[in-house]
This record gives sequence, C-alpha cells and structure tokens, in this order.
Amino acid sequence: MPGTIPIALTVNGAPVSRAVEPRLNLVDFLRIDLGLTGTHVGCEHGVCGACTLLLDGDMVRGCLVLAVQADGAVVETIEGLSERGALRRLQDAFLARNALQCGFCTPGMLIAAAALLAQDPAPSRDAIRAHLSGNYCRCTGYHAIIDAVEAAAAKP
Amino acid sequence: MTAPPFSPFDRPNSYIGRSVPRPNARRLLAGRGQFTDDVQFARLTHVAFLRSPHAHARIRGLDLNAAKAAPGVIVIATGADLARLCRPWVGTLTHFAGLKSPPQYPLAIDRVVWRGEPVVAAVAATRALAEDALELVVVDWEELPAVADMETALDPATSVIHPEFGDNKAFSLHLESGAVDQAFAAAHQVIEAEWHFGRHTAVSLEPRTMVAQFDPSEQRLTVFQSTQTPYQMQDVYARHLGLSDAQVRVVAKDVGGSFGMKLHVYGDEMATAALSMMLGRPVKFVADRLESFVSDIHARDHRVKARVAVTADGEITAFAVDDLTGIGPFSAYPRTSAVEGNQVIRLIGGPYRHRHYRADLKVVFQNKNIMSQYRAVGHPIACAVTEAMVDLAAASVGLDPVELRRRNMLTDDMYPYTSPTGFVFERLSHHQCLDRLVGHMDYESLRAEQERLRRHGVFRGIGIAAYIEITNPGPAFYGVGGARISAQDGCILKLEPSGQVRCLVSVTEQGQGTETAMAQVAASVLGIPLDAVRVVTGDTEVTPHGGATWASRGAGIGGETVLRAARALRDNILALAGTILQAHADTLDIRDGLIVDADGGRERMALAELARIAFFRPDTLPPDFQPEMTVARHHVPRGQPFAFTNGIQAAHVEVEIETGFIKLLKHWVVDDCGRVINPQLVDEQIRGGVVQGIGAALFEECIYGADGQMQNGTLADYLVPMAGEMPDIVVDHVSTPTVYSELGAKGVGEAGTAASAAAVLNAVNDALRPLGARVTTIPLTPDRVLAALGKLDA
Ligand code: FES
Ligand code: FES
Repeated sequence: MPGTIPIALTVNGAPVSRAVEPRLNLVDFLRIDLGLTGTHVGCEHGVCGACTLLLDGDMVRGCLVLAVQADGAVVETIEGLSERGALRRLQDAFLARNALQCGFCTPGMLIAAAALLAQDPAPSRDAIRAHLSGNYCRCTGYHAIIDAVEAAAAKP
Repeated sequence: MTAPPFSPFDRPNSYIGRSVPRPNARRLLAGRGQFTDDVQFARLTHVAFLRSPHAHARIRGLDLNAAKAAPGVIVIATGADLARLCRPWVGTLTHFAGLKSPPQYPLAIDRVVWRGEPVVAAVAATRALAEDALELVVVDWEELPAVADMETALDPATSVIHPEFGDNKAFSLHLESGAVDQAFAAAHQVIEAEWHFGRHTAVSLEPRTMVAQFDPSEQRLTVFQSTQTPYQMQDVYARHLGLSDAQVRVVAKDVGGSFGMKLHVYGDEMATAALSMMLGRPVKFVADRLESFVSDIHARDHRVKARVAVTADGEITAFAVDDLTGIGPFSAYPRTSAVEGNQVIRLIGGPYRHRHYRADLKVVFQNKNIMSQYRAVGHPIACAVTEAMVDLAAASVGLDPVELRRRNMLTDDMYPYTSPTGFVFERLSHHQCLDRLVGHMDYESLRAEQERLRRHGVFRGIGIAAYIEITNPGPAFYGVGGARISAQDGCILKLEPSGQVRCLVSVTEQGQGTETAMAQVAASVLGIPLDAVRVVTGDTEVTPHGGATWASRGAGIGGETVLRAARALRDNILALAGTILQAHADTLDIRDGLIVDADGGRERMALAELARIAFFRPDTLPPDFQPEMTVARHHVPRGQPFAFTNGIQAAHVEVEIETGFIKLLKHWVVDDCGRVINPQLVDEQIRGGVVQGIGAALFEECIYGADGQMQNGTLADYLVPMAGEMPDIVVDHVSTPTVYSELGAKGVGEAGTAASAAAVLNAVNDALRPLGARVTTIPLTPDRVLAALGKLDA
C-alpha cells in the first residue's frame, strides 16, 4: 500500500481530517471518503466541469486538485452551498426554466453560474455563454441554462 | 362501466398541455441526486479492465502472476474464465434477413478485434488498486492486419475479420419502388452527390456505471445500473448468466444522460455481473472517460451516394441512394447494428411526394469500436442526404429552396399516405410547419440581408431541413425479430391511505421529464393535484415489465398506459364513493382531490376520507362490496406500426472564409409531436436534441487512423458543443394528435437531432454557394471548409 499523508481542511463549514494517498484527487476524496456525492466526475481530465467546486472561495475543478493540495483549505461543495442558501436564486430559476435534464452537470453548472454572478451581477447572454463554456451539458442544449442564469441575475 | 363523459384535457386539474416544473429536479439541483456511482454498498469491490491496445491482434499468451499478487487484488479474470459463467450473445434478429454477427463474450478470448475491447478484468479493493494490478499484466500480442476503411472492407484483397463468414459484409438490403430508371431518364435534371458522415459517440456526461451484487445465499443478482432499459437488462442477465428473471433485479437510479447509448449490451458490463457471481460480493464498474470513447457504442459512419431526378418545373420525381456503413467487428446486442442503415434508407425522401425510389444498403465489419443505435437512429443521415439533395435540386432549376419544398412536400389531402419505402403516415403537417418556420425566421429579410452582406465579403447561409421522425414503435418493432424487448408498457396506480396516489410505471427517466409527464397524465385523469401523485420508475422488482424509454416512445406509449390505469382507478374510486354516499357513481366526479357532484361541483367528501374508509373501516361498507384501490394496466400501441411525426428546422450561419470557422447565428424548429403534455419539457427535449445534432454537424468525430486506432479519445481532443458556440433556438409547434391513442401524444425525443445537422450543412453550403464551393463531409470542420474553398488540401 502506498503511504498516506494526513490532511486537515474545512469542508462545507466543518473541520475534517483524514489520511489520504498522495494520488487521490479532491473530487474522489469528497465523494468516496466523505460521501459528498453531489460533486460529479465526468472526465477526470479537467474538461467537462462536472467536478466544479469552491476551494478557498475560488471555482476549481476537483479532478485537477489532489486531496493533499487541499490541506488547510476551505472547500465548499454543492451540498454545503445549497444548505446555506448560497445558490437559491439560481436553483429556483433552473427549476422554473427546466434548465436541467439528467442533472449530472447541474451542480457544477450552478457553482460556475454563481461565480459569474458574483463578478458580474447583470451579465449579457454572450457573457453567460462564454463563462459557462467550461461546463459541458449534453442534455439541454444550453439555451434554458442561459435563460435561467439571466432570470436569476434579474431577480433582486 | 363506460368511459365517463369528460376530457382530461379541459377540466380542473388539467395538467396536460401545461408547463409544470419537474418535482424530481429539486434534489438534482441540491446535489442530492442518486446516480449509480453515488449508492453505497457494504463489502464493495471495484473492477477495472485491461483493454486491447490493438485494432486486431492474436493473444499468444497472458502472464497474470504479478497482477494476481498485487496489493488489494481479489481476482484477475480472463475471457476464458468468464466464458464459463456467461453464455455468449449474437447481435442478429430474424427480421433482418441475412444479418451476420459472431458470438461475443464478456472479454476477448484468443483474439481482439477492436482497440478498446476488454481483455482482462482485475477486481480489487479500490479502483486505483485494480488499475495498478492491470499495469502488471503481460500480454504477448501478435498484431494482425486491421480493417479500418469501410470503402475497402469488401475488396477481395482486404483481410476478413470473421473468416467463418467469408467476407466482411454484415448485412445488405435493397429497396425499389416505382419505375426508377424511367424517372431518371425522363428527368430535366439529374443531380448526383456523395456525402460522408463521420463516427461520433454519445458522451453522456455520466459514463456507463453499474454495481452488480450477487447474493449467494439467496442466489439473487441485483444490478444497479445507469441504463434506459432495466427490463431488457434483467432478461439479458438472467439468460446469459444462467438465472431466471425472478432471480434478477435491475435498478436504474438517476441516469446521467443516455441518448440510446446505455441500452446496448457491453462486454465489460456482462463481465461485471459475472464477476459478482464469481465473488458473491458487489462489484462496481464505472467507465472512465478514456475507456468510454473506445467502448461506448459509436454512431453513424456512413458514405451515401445519392441521385435525385427533377423536372423542369422543380418536381422531384425520384431518389436513388447507395449507403455504405461500417459497424465495427460485431453487430450490437440485442438490437443489432442493422437498424441504423435500415432507417437511413427507409427515411430518405420522407417528407416528399416522389413515387420512384431505389436504395442499396451495405453494412460492413471493421476493426473499430462497435457502431449502433444512438439518438435519432438513421434520421440525421437520411435527413441530411435528402435535404442537401433537395437544395441542389432547387439550385439546378433556379428555384428558392423554400419554394421547391412547397412544390414537393406531401400535402394535407394526401393522408393517410404510404411512402415509397412502405411507411404509412397517418397525418403530417409539413406545409403548416414550413409556413410557421418561414414566418419565425422572417425568411425574406434574411435573404435580403444575405445578399447585402455578400457584397461586403460576409458570407451568411440559410439552411432548411424538413424531417419525419419515427416514434411510438408498435408491437412488431423488435419482438418480431426474436428480441426479448417489450413494445408495451405497464402501470400500477395505487390510492394510498392519505388519498394520494403512487404511480409505478415501466417507462424510465433520464432527465426528459418522463416522471413529470406521467404524473401530469395521472393527476389530470384522476382529478387530483399534481403533487398528490408520486411516480416511481426504473426498478424491475417494483415497476411492471415494459419497454421503458427509447425510440421516442416514453410519453406516447407510457402516457397512454398511465391514462388507462388512471381511468380504471378513477372508476373504482367513484364506485366506492357511490357506495359510501349512496349515489350513482356517474353522478359523482373527482376534482382537486375531492369527491364532488358531477353536476354543480358540490363537495361530498375528500379522497383522504374515502381512502380512510377503504383501508381502515371496510366494516362500514356493504359486505359484498370490495374496494379495489390498486389497479394495473398495460398498453401496446396498435393500429399503426409507428406514430410518425414531422417538423422542419432552419439554421442561420456565418462562414468565415479566411479561417473556415462557422458561427451559428440562430436556429429554428417547428415540430409536430401531436398532443403536447408539457410544452416546456418538449421544447427542452428539442433544444437538447438540436445541439447534439449540431455537435455532429460541426465538431464531433471519432477520428481513426488506417491502423484502426482512435486518435482523439479524450474529452480535450473530441469536441462537443459548449455554451459559447451554441445559438439560441426558437421552438414552435403544430399539433396533429394521433387518433390511435386517446392521449394523442407522439414522440419527440429525437426530432431535434434528426434535422439539425442537415439544416447546418445546408446553411454552410448556402453560404459557400457564391464561391462555388460545397462541403460534403460532416463534421464541417474548418479544415474541410477551407479544403472546399480550395485553400487547403483535402
Ligand atoms: S471531471 Fe473534472 S473537469 Fe471533468
Ligand atoms: S442536464 Fe444532463 S448533462 Fe446537463
């Protein structure tokens, strides 16, 4: 068995410490070790955005970060963000506009959209499209997602 | 009791035709979905597969010793090991006469026939340890010549992949109708062209995933699987693993996209099930993205030579086509790989009035990944060939493409109409759809703008593509050829003690909104609020046996099944209400969850009260009265082999002639899927389908070398549509309900994909026309556009 390395971090507001293999990536750590299965794995090579999460407040791809790199960091996933209501406007808009089908891309898409709205509270459709281009969706054709983000931005 | 005189479409609780949100979307939005990989199991093991690095090779020897000794390994299994546990399968069906395919085993034995074929399985405590062990497997390969190019697959000089068949031909079919040679001889213009369609693949964002759990104490196999078709898979596991279907349960949790890809039988999945029987423990298999590219079925791969005959006034009199398609080394099981080509040649020319038609189909084996059904099976090829030829026909006689279509599309007075390929169209709405489309586009202004911009060196194009879609396949679709794939669906409806209703239905959900649509039908017919219906799908232990969701059948067939069950439960509820209230059942009605007087609507009792009496106080009922609060109904579509739908799409593009880049400006769809249960769900099915078709049109291609190696099998190299490059998509409807069901709903899942590539192809060629260029291969990559413009070697 390869050796393990102890890490301590904050996940969704709670302290977590574990010993992990150096090769374990952050999304597998969250999913397998912590049971936070809301963050998805679509490619494991940094393209699809299904594994999008927040690391020290920045949007990152959980498949490109090793768990050991998150030592000392603050991680937020779809579960934590949902529970503290940080995505409510977007979630309501996605529901109303049916901006999800299978829902596999959705957690990553919501986090990416929230990151955009944090920078630019009233983005144009083109800006939304450009910003979400790192998050693949195979089901919706994107149009409804763009509508939903626009609608969420327009809400107070 | 005769059907009560009400319509579920216009009464209180009429949810049919309304855009209600999906109740199951909330948990997906909160990260509380339950995809197969999210389910927890005790004593779980993980399997990884060593896959062939060669397109064609003999396995001279395997050294597994180091792998078996690797940390965490539970078992290392070979093709021979698993062949003892799993009967092979053959991807043929008797209604495709002459279709050949050899037996297929979970893992390769002695020889591999495509790069990516699974060869050795390692089961270990974690996926990473299983992969570590596979690194230690030593295979002694003897490379064999690979058949990659379908064009030369039938040449005598080409090696034969399956020597027992004598050649590389899997299937061929000839269709002939009318007097084709005379029609071409008499034509004012005969246009010929050759079109190429690359291979692409589904890239469901959630890869193929399953956990097989065999319990030796009960001799029962439970498979949690990301699949569209749990019932089909239950039957497959039972038959091939030597179990009865009573010993097998298949559960589809949330499915992260499927698009036809997750309904085929894959060797790695059969191996996973067999391994769990070998070990008596749960075994998980998750295809990683790299193995998805070389093992999920691929789609399309066609070369079509087409001819069209046109009279001087623009009447199309004949089509003749020759379709060559490569399916890899096997015909997929259990649906075969012949359906794609068969549908291509039967759908070509579909919207038009010509009476002379000839088609030749050749389906060949290659040393590439298996090709089989994927969303819109055959439709995009048929539509692109037809519509591209129609545009060429229009240009040849100097007519606008819209005008030529007007002159040739089937008209309203022609139905029911039998096409030259034998399809019967109950009633289609081509002209209404075309008129609506032209209106939405403001076609004349777009043409004027196009003219104006050309003078400034800006090349925009407008492409139109009419389509027909095969939906709601009837009882003779697969079963007639020997496949144990159901054409019917079933529904159990239960009134619960709370007065709410549980609906267990055999159609399945992959995000289309199946569960919502079924709830809408049940609530509308029963007269209860939508949130009083809970829909359960995708568990063979719980839901009735049925076809599930494929071929655009969920809403039409599943919806009708639920309608019938709901009507039966309603009758039973009213019979009980009549007994309790000492009234005639037909003087009562259910509205908003209350029993009311049918006349006047006076409230008589709540459903919850009725349920309380039925379940807990039957002592208060007459001794000879038995309340029946659970009903089951099945429905098989009858009266016609398919419910054909139709529609039309248009694409507006700009081609940058210096770079070959194509910018999509806008896309329009007018679709007619009959009665629409939930407009928003339908529109989003169409939009999602359009974008998948655009992916095929512009980006998606499994690129193979002459050695049969796939060269772009990563998500960084294989391009799929991203938000930034997709257009807004305008969707509108014409509604021509089918009379063969009460609901009148036809399918819609594939309509978007059927015609969007054709519309984009035509738009790009429309943009290039003044430059004398034409692209004939999709995807329409910048290289191909530049080559067509003579700026780059092809
Ligand atoms: S799984 Fe991380 S980007 Fe695809
Ligand atoms: S909803 Fe299925 S991938 Fe986006």
